[in-house]
Amino acid sequence: MSRSGWVRSLGATSSSVLVTLFGLILITFLIGRVMPIDPVIAIVGDHAPPDVIERVRVELALDRPLPVQFWIYVRNLLHGDLGRSVMTSNTVLADIGHFFPATMELATVAILGATLVGVPLGVLAAVRQGHRIDHIVRVVCLTGQSVPIFLLGLLALLVFYATLGWAPGTGRQDVIYQGDVAPMTGLLTVDALIAGNWDALWDALAHLVLPASVLAYFSMAYITRMTRSFMLEALHGEYIITARAKGLSPLRVIWRHAFGNIAVRLVTVLALTYAGLLEGAVVTETIFSWPGLGQYLTVSLLNADMNAVLGATLIIGMTYLALNLGADLLYRLLDPRAQ
Amino acid sequence: MLVEIDNLSIAFPTPTGLSHAVRGVSLRIGAQKLGIVGESGSGKSLTARSLLRLLPESAKLTADRLTFDGIDILRANERTMRDIRGKRAGLILQDPKYALNPVMTAGDQIAEAWRAHKKGSRREAMQKAVDLLDQVRIRDPARVARAYPHELSGGMGQRVMIAMMLAPDPEMLIADEPTSALDATVQADILRLIEDLVSRRGMALVLISHDLPLVSHFCDDVVVMYAGRIVERLRAADLSRAEHPYTRGLLNCLPALSRPQPSLPVMVRDPAWLA
Repeated sequence: MSRSGWVRSLGATSSSVLVTLFGLILITFLIGRVMPIDPVIAIVGDHAPPDVIERVRVELALDRPLPVQFWIYVRNLLHGDLGRSVMTSNTVLADIGHFFPATMELATVAILGATLVGVPLGVLAAVRQGHRIDHIVRVVCLTGQSVPIFLLGLLALLVFYATLGWAPGTGRQDVIYQGDVAPMTGLLTVDALIAGNWDALWDALAHLVLPASVLAYFSMAYITRMTRSFMLEALHGEYIITARAKGLSPLRVIWRHAFGNIAVRLVTVLALTYAGLLEGAVVTETIFSWPGLGQYLTVSLLNADMNAVLGATLIIGMTYLALNLGADLLYRLLDPRAQ
Repeated sequence: MLVEIDNLSIAFPTPTGLSHAVRGVSLRIGAQKLGIVGESGSGKSLTARSLLRLLPESAKLTADRLTFDGIDILRANERTMRDIRGKRAGLILQDPKYALNPVMTAGDQIAEAWRAHKKGSRREAMQKAVDLLDQVRIRDPARVARAYPHELSGGMGQRVMIAMMLAPDPEMLIADEPTSALDATVQADILRLIEDLVSRRGMALVLISHDLPLVSHFCDDVVVMYAGRIVERLRAADLSRAEHPYTRGLLNCLPALSRPQPSLPVMVRDPAWLA
């Protein structure tokens, strides 16, 4: 395809992303305004004298018309100002910078595990459709999708931590390692690796195993099911008969020809699953006391800390958008028909 | 004889028992051009594909004898079959739109067929692919080798398919309705190309079609199938002397400028043909 076509489609994609982003900002802003929570009271408290309440209201520009408030909100956003969290008294951006890497680390390990297990399992189930292995895979996936994640998490802790003692308990690291490694990326494993601190790295990995496995199991079930159904469709294609008629090995027919045709669609599934993990690990983070964005969001919500809630929502939404955009670009790169 | 088939049956399990799609077919195929004619569901494709054992997984294949150059296809293992598929017998499918892998370039697909059976580097295989595209008379072979199937016309796609199946120099070519999905103007070109390549390389050809005049024009011998059985076999030149009422019926239904009819006759099927 021509270069100008590429540029045009890229332009169309980025403009649709910008529109979505604007909608996201508008909705978060409006939610903040319609919530029955008075941001002034949240800051000064119930018993503040009326003149203080009035002064803070003016300071926060809450006396101005709604469009003006929105304009101020957007202007602040463009300056990277998400406001200040009442609860932690840090800027929301600093808070997110602190909590988000924990979620990212957890979600990344989970999606890697889920992909490495789920994709081959889905391919295997499709190739052996109707045979015993297919039924076993189906039961495993059904369990992963239907057992609530809090139950899985608690069971995992009960068995591997409380009973067997194979895994360390909750949290991201043992107390003795806290502050050992200078935070650079916020990802404990990466920071420990950069610092060359193997004990801290081992400790961080050990803490990751249980929560990441619980999250991965759930995602793996979905990835396996999608891979299986994509593969079944591909394996019935005429080009599979062609590939076999060429005398290719079964492995080559399955991976090069059938899987090669579903890889593109699988990328989208993986990207959306990853995005889902980044935003939706609230339950897992709570059970494993994982200091991530999900926990930050929950605690902020319970404390009516609206700046924190809106900031975190916006960041999650933007992550989702970014991953979607990434999947879209990869799609164009991998599928010759999309170019 | 390259292929010997005795009493071949292909059946599929259905809720009410086995349903026979091919019944008691016996054939000998040597270095000739054989046409298999029949309507949809007559079992012509299944018969041809059973030579490569490329039937749907649920198909039940039985025969007193099914051999390719003396190799027992019924009992051969997968490894042996892979040495027949592509290397000794190629299969051309109906519609290149579906039969070519949409995410691989034409050149890659041809090179892959060559490398599956010949020893050689990737570079060599690609060179060979371009060479083959030239042999199937594609004008700009280097450019087409880099093209994806969706960038090719139907006729070009079918040429790519032919090049791919010729790559390992097979002794036999099975063409399963190779022109049915193509424009009428392109059909003749593709058939002439197949005929030319087959006679130049001394290959055996099995041409499957529902087009009786076309098959009789391009083949030495014609086999007519109906409801899973062979109802008639004759020299292509003797087609006008066909005896079976089904074959006669087919010939009568053809419009001809030399023999104008106000309305074409409709085939009257005799249930006795099924027996």
